[in-house]
Amino acid sequence: MSETFDCRQAFADELMRLAEADPRVVAVCNDSVGSSNLGAFQRAFPDRLINVGIAEQDMVGVAAGLALGGFVPFVSAASPFLTARALEQIKADIAYSRHHVVLCGQSPGMSYGELGPTHHSIEDLALMRAISGLDIIVPAGPRQTRAAMRWALGAGRPVFMRVARFKVPETTPAEAEFAPGHAVQLRDGSDVAILACGALVSRALAAADVLAERGVAARVLDMAWVRPLDEAAVLAAARECGRIVTAEEALDRGGLGGAVAELVVRHHPVPMRILGVPEFAPTGSAAFLLEHFGLSAEAIVRAALELVEHG
Amino acid sequence: MILEAIGAARAGHVGGDFSVADILTVLFLSVLRIDPTRPDWPERDRFILSKGHCAAALYAVLTVAGFLDRTELTSFMGRLSRLNGHPNRKIPGVEANTGPLGHGLPIAVGSAIAARLSREAWRSFVVLGDGELQEGSNWEAAMAAGHRELGSLTAIIDRNGLQQGARTEETNRLEPLADKWRAFGWEVAEADGHDVSALHAVLSAPPGRRPRCVIARTIKGRGASFMEDRVEWHHKVPSPEQIAQVLAELEAGA
Repeated sequence: MSETFDCRQAFADELMRLAEADPRVVAVCNDSVGSSNLGAFQRAFPDRLINVGIAEQDMVGVAAGLALGGFVPFVSAASPFLTARALEQIKADIAYSRHHVVLCGQSPGMSYGELGPTHHSIEDLALMRAISGLDIIVPAGPRQTRAAMRWALGAGRPVFMRVARFKVPETTPAEAEFAPGHAVQLRDGSDVAILACGALVSRALAAADVLAERGVAARVLDMAWVRPLDEAAVLAAARECGRIVTAEEALDRGGLGGAVAELVVRHHPVPMRILGVPEFAPTGSAAFLLEHFGLSAEAIVRAALELVEHG
Repeated sequence: MILEAIGAARAGHVGGDFSVADILTVLFLSVLRIDPTRPDWPERDRFILSKGHCAAALYAVLTVAGFLDRTELTSFMGRLSRLNGHPNRKIPGVEANTGPLGHGLPIAVGSAIAARLSREAWRSFVVLGDGELQEGSNWEAAMAAGHRELGSLTAIIDRNGLQQGARTEETNRLEPLADKWRAFGWEVAEADGHDVSALHAVLSAPPGRRPRCVIARTIKGRGASFMEDRVEWHHKVPSPEQIAQVLAELEAGA
């Protein structure tokens, strides 16, 4: 296995660069200076690190007020508390009010492992998708994390992005463009399409290698943009591959798989498998839980072969 | 004008509109540094109506202040009108889409921090209902403002003593309210919320070191004899005859 990365360091480094270049950039957090790796930012820009304490509703409202005053806040907090505790503030104060605020959900999915379902954020994609006017990005690794932040600073509208804690290999080619609403095709194939985001992208690539050995050509799309979804790429996958497997470290409803299914069923229905988390997790490390819920290369291979054999 | 809007819509929150009307009037006509020809002027004072259900009162005052045309008021809550039952930023002069309670103060704390970071003199004002102080988010924000000594921030409490279903003190007691704000690090002033001179004096006082809470003692349904301090007039809609009576009473009292 190649080297793996925790995207939080890429996030912290990029936020420093953005803040050095643009005086509008401020960080807002909930006593999460350490877990968000914001220590260096705090030393460099003590006034521009606004730690409101353990108060997520206030944190998101404060971000809206900072945007009202001309700043571009990067709100950095553990994803479960940001997206669930402050959901109404995200809806009313940020999305409905159309404030340019970047909501950065740290340590999403099941990356808190043994800390349990209270600290997991398998719901964040479904919650954020339920709110209109919010772009949703799930970077696959450090390169996309940095690109997403650079894009978000210029977006002029509300953005939610995940910042992964679970270590993953870099899967994004250096030359890959990070264009809003564009999937990145990492592998071509026409027997089955595997659409993945976040930590599941490297596993989708590993699955494609195994499938290739068995004579199945899998197309692999990195779906970092859950919204706007790359509708053209999804429908092309449906038409050209005829079978779709989605994989995400999130609920098996309401997230990437849900978005793909909603689109495909309207325009070009094809057999699908939606791989995600069906329920509150038992105790275990993040790596164990991904295996436990079938979010592994092997499980992706099985789902793809089922579709190829029966679809 | 509030009655024009509510009378046309046959909906609204007339009791709270009448309790907050004098506060909004004093703010918009004699306190806030704003310019209706430049609603996005970066150095304007920021005003947030946290009790967003009293949108009709805000729209009426925005009309008086020159942000809205009076002919638009009768579209209040009409199909596709931008004058929604709660304020939104499509309307010039509206800074926050409020409605769910307990949102305004955190936003005003953020704008006060923004003014400090920008080293600019503009101020942040937020009007809260008393009932909405039962929302915990207000106290998160009150704590943050006190901790940061946000002197440019003023929160005005429309202390009419009633919430939707009953008196605040019977529902979830707020008193001793001034002590609570002081304990959170705020300076507290109390005023008759229908005495425009008193309101003007306290709201136009220069900012101090700490954030300021103005507890404005008001009467829900103020100005309409049959509504005053009556819980059922939270969002009851007056009949055309009742509207005529209120207008006559207001005329006589003016």
